Amino acid sequence: MMTMLGGEPFLLVSKQEQQNYPLYIRSVPSDSELKFHYTVHTSLDVVEEKVSAVGKVIVDQRELYLGLLYPTEDYKVYGYVTNSKVKFVIVVDSSNTSLRDNEIRSMFRKLHNSFTDVMCNPFYNPGDPIQSKVFDSMVSSMMVQTC
Amino acid sequence: MSPAQWDLPPELCCRPMAFVALTGLDVVYNAVHRAIWDAFCANRRADRVPISFKVLPGDHEYPKCRTKRTSYEWYIPKGILKTGWMNKHLNLVPALVVLFYELDWDEPQWKEKQSECATKVEIVRTSLQGRNTKVAVVLIQKKTPLPPGEDVMASERAAALCNACDLSGKSLFVLPHTDHLVGYIIRLENAFYEHAQTYYYTEIRRVKSHKEFLNKTTHQLLFVRHQFKTAFFSELKQDTQNALKYYRAAYSLIHELRTHETNILEIKTMAGFINYKICRLCFQHNTPLDAIAQFRKHIDLCKKKIGSAELAFEHAAWMSKQFQYFGDLFDEAIKLGLTAIQTQNPGFYYQQAAHYAQERKRLAFQLCGGPEANLGYPAPDPLETPTGILDFYGQRAWRQGHQISTCFKLVSQELIIALLSNAVAQFKKYKCPRMKSRLMVQMGEEYYHTKDYAKALKLLDYVMCDYRTERWWGLLTSILGTALRCSYLMAQVKDYVSYSMELVGRASMLREDQKSRIQKNVAKVLKNEPPEAEPDCDPSAVKAAQALWNERGSQASGEDLILEVQDSVPFVQCKARFLHPSFHLDVPVQLHVFLLTDSPHPVRFSKLCVSLSNQDYNQYCVVDSLGQAPAQEDMCLVPGRTHRYSFRFVARPEDVGKKIEITGVDLMLGSENGRCIFLNWRGGGGDAASSHEALQATRSFKRRGRLPENEVDWDTVSIQASTMIISRVPRISVQLHHEPPALNNEMYCMMVTIQSHEDIVARDLKLTAGLKPGQDANLSHTTHVTLDGSKMCDDSHRALLPDIPMGDLQPQEKPLSIRCSTTGPRIFLVHVAYTVDTCIEGRDIVCKCHKFEHLEHVFVDVPFLLMTDILSMSPWPLHLVTSELQLAPTMAAVDQPASQVEEVVLQTGESASECFCLTCPPVHHGTTGVASGQYVMSWKRKSANATIPVVNTVITLPHVAVETIPLYVHADLPSFGRVRESLPVKYHIQNRTAIVQEVEMSVEPSDAFMFSGLKQVRLRILPGTEQDMLYNFYPLMAGYQMLPLLNINLLRLPAVSGQLLRRFLPSLQSIYVPQYKPVYITQVAACRVSFYY
Repeated sequence: MMTMLGGEPFLLVSKQEQQNYPLYIRSVPSDSELKFHYTVHTSLDVVEEKVSAVGKVIVDQRELYLGLLYPTEDYKVYGYVTNSKVKFVIVVDSSNTSLRDNEIRSMFRKLHNSFTDVMCNPFYNPGDPIQSKVFDSMVSSMMVQTC
Repeated sequence: MSPAQWDLPPELCCRPMAFVALTGLDVVYNAVHRAIWDAFCANRRADRVPISFKVLPGDHEYPKCRTKRTSYEWYIPKGILKTGWMNKHLNLVPALVVLFYELDWDEPQWKEKQSECATKVEIVRTSLQGRNTKVAVVLIQKKTPLPPGEDVMASERAAALCNACDLSGKSLFVLPHTDHLVGYIIRLENAFYEHAQTYYYTEIRRVKSHKEFLNKTTHQLLFVRHQFKTAFFSELKQDTQNALKYYRAAYSLIHELRTHETNILEIKTMAGFINYKICRLCFQHNTPLDAIAQFRKHIDLCKKKIGSAELAFEHAAWMSKQFQYFGDLFDEAIKLGLTAIQTQNPGFYYQQAAHYAQERKRLAFQLCGGPEANLGYPAPDPLETPTGILDFYGQRAWRQGHQISTCFKLVSQELIIALLSNAVAQFKKYKCPRMKSRLMVQMGEEYYHTKDYAKALKLLDYVMCDYRTERWWGLLTSILGTALRCSYLMAQVKDYVSYSMELVGRASMLREDQKSRIQKNVAKVLKNEPPEAEPDCDPSAVKAAQALWNERGSQASGEDLILEVQDSVPFVQCKARFLHPSFHLDVPVQLHVFLLTDSPHPVRFSKLCVSLSNQDYNQYCVVDSLGQAPAQEDMCLVPGRTHRYSFRFVARPEDVGKKIEITGVDLMLGSENGRCIFLNWRGGGGDAASSHEALQATRSFKRRGRLPENEVDWDTVSIQASTMIISRVPRISVQLHHEPPALNNEMYCMMVTIQSHEDIVARDLKLTAGLKPGQDANLSHTTHVTLDGSKMCDDSHRALLPDIPMGDLQPQEKPLSIRCSTTGPRIFLVHVAYTVDTCIEGRDIVCKCHKFEHLEHVFVDVPFLLMTDILSMSPWPLHLVTSELQLAPTMAAVDQPASQVEEVVLQTGESASECFCLTCPPVHHGTTGVASGQYVMSWKRKSANATIPVVNTVITLPHVAVETIPLYVHADLPSFGRVRESLPVKYHIQNRTAIVQEVEMSVEPSDAFMFSGLKQVRLRILPGTEQDMLYNFYPLMAGYQMLPLLNINLLRLPAVSGQLLRRFLPSLQSIYVPQYKPVYITQVAACRVSFYY
């Protein structure tokens, strides 16, 4: 797993409560890519739980960053939900100690900004998989940085 | 190496309890002893002290105590902890030995008995040589003892006995064998417990005292051992807080040990033991976070201690067990009341345990070069030791070098699956459906590896639809791949085809060449040939599968397989639609079926049929090679092109008003001489992914490329699975000419014009006209319809005229007169029926007409005016011929009432008023209301021709209330005043009774006026005379102002209140803007007659 030092950002979208299909998935190329897909998919359990809990408590205090979703043996999974319920998930190697909460937060913010740009594109149909060179290169640069 | 190698020893997992041995009890033959023993061991609830009792013979040999070492200088420990140690202190070496002896204080042969007892004590002492174990004596007595101090002999003999046995007074107990046995036993128990506590306390002291002899270089192992022992003794002493402290110390010491190849296993084993104890105690102390933190630390520290690379599988197995035990501990704590959360529950630990178990299997296979290379277990077993038991925990029975040969036949899939299913149960409990699905996939894969394909398929099939609905195609593809292999190896044709179709379809993330390979395999199956093996299958299993496929091929020709594709994402998409949501009976119903394939190669089908809710039409909706013989290319679906198949049929007359639905679409692949597979879509097609795609397509702004003529863009096609069959539109026009509203009692004329647009002659025309049946029954009594408009119609006429024959069809008109004697809306029905060829058609026209009226009521006094307002609400001009007031005898007119509205024409919304001045003669007391009479109006429609009769409308005037009053007050005042100019007001007070009235008058102050005049006065008024009061008001404010309030009290008639009198007085006075001068009090009887429809 030494090649997996970088962050593996994944993007997900949900239109309604039950819609959680991937809009964008990207990982450092490796054999266990499928495993990451599973990790992200299972993390949605926690995301959904957290999102519904936020709705119950305070609505106006919108904290988009959901924090560490759950620690697995080898990876840390972080979550983020926009106001329109688009979910972002980042998976990083747990041995990567240089990534603390603040770094993850700023990564999410970057992702969110870039995602907003994608949404502003009049030719992008919301709900379609994201195919944007700008977005790709932003994610790539972020993954390079975390390595 | 047994599979139980990594199981924790039971003595580690149990709760340590003080061990007390009971001797001198004959539980087999002596009933009394039996009862005592039962009282000790039966019903040990949580409130009893934690002691484990054992009955031992009096001459039992306890484990020998080895000679105490005086110096550790030359001693080199061989291991950390002996395997027998925990068991020894739990079950072999007692903290206290209790000798039961039957002896009463008044025993005649006391001397003999006393010495016998002393001998028994001595025997016990000898066998406990060198141990600190306490000895106690319990005398079983038949008599209830006297209170202490009273029995002199008892205390003397007790002292003597203690002396003889060398016992302290605290260790001698008396157990009277009476009714209260259990009570005595519990008291005894508590005393034993105290002795045991002291014993373990001294043991802890003893172990601790060794510490000063140890040095850090050679005795590192002993540091750990001693900490562990102190901790364990503390646990026996039930001092869990200190035990936890010592275990923690032991745990940190163990990681200070130097690790090398030979001792790494021992270190891990002991670390695992101590970790288990710590976690267990943390959960027991209700500090689960400490337990979790400790476990994390443990795993982090031990994860890297793999040892030799060849033993990596062993490490994985150990890791797996660590997770499993922690999961068990966690789960147990939850059962005892701990609450877990979604992100921290035992499931995660079971999952990790399963992960390491899989890892172990993988490493083992790697080492052996695959499961086939299993060499068999060598005999004699190199792992057997002569005794079967090793001296120290975690040490190997062999020297390095000849150990790694097998160990893998025991790699147990069952273990992995059990761990996974444990985890599934936990995640289900903590609301993690996706985690659950993922673990089920893993279980399925595990079953696949164990070649239990049926179970694997069952699990995979179960979760597949979750991934499908969540649209995680990447994961779905991987699951489908495994499922396809399973179905191939089992030669399950139906499953094989259905998974293949989904893997070839658009939801699959496979590469084009893989899709192409799978599609070719499907083609083979259709030709009844065995498909090629899936890659990555076990070669031996493939061989067996090929045999199975051949067998299937030979036996099953012409068998039909029906695949429900609605809930998956197959490689052919289907949408069916009726061209319109409804069809008239005389137009053929048109239906299109669109097919699109997204496979790499074209798909040829042999039949397409649509099933409809009325099966009679199904025969018209078939495309096959036999029937209409469509061109060969029509039967071949080209990838990416939308194919359209059109059907048309004529609906049957009995289906008029019914819905025709598409119940299913079937597409047959393969041929009769090979294998036929039907893809069945329920309803109008679509599959698991299509609804979302359609939604996205409607949202899309993408410009669709221009398509060649007669081709359709798939996304623009929508499903229309049902259509209505409706009746033929009649080509006849019916028009009604009339001038609504109809007025009450009028002969209302309605003209019906009928015109045919039919191409041929419409015959047998029949008209039904009149009040629509089914309305209020009263309406039909008060509505009369006639064809003869020249006479007033009466009750003899009916409300509905059915089937007026009209003969053949020329455009014609028919006048119809209607008279309604009450008001209210009425719905009329005009129904024309005619015959054209064989079709009978009808048409309804609905016309509405209403009327309604409205009255108000009043009440009267003195001379008053009766006013009538006639407001025309008819949309048509009304001609008032005359009006007349017919007064009742209780009323009298002041002058001759003549009609004031004769020959007046009222337009819509205009009103005409008449005013009559009336008086009401005195009435008898008690009469509350009198009738006023009737008002008759004669009118007709302005537009009506002279032949139409005049309508008389009689309105009964309302009853009025009559009151007699003793005092009449009225005021003279100017119509308006000006601010700061005086405003003279004169009040006239008239006595209307036959007696002298005493009146008290006062004027209340007001903000709006200053005034001069009598503010408060009392005066007398003679019968029939009038008294004037003059006031000079001086207004201060502009606008409508309330005059200062005049209070009048009749002292003789207190019942007549000032309020009643004040009613006759003006209370408001306009200042500056004068509008209002009601000098005489006038009651107006207003009667409003409103007509509208």
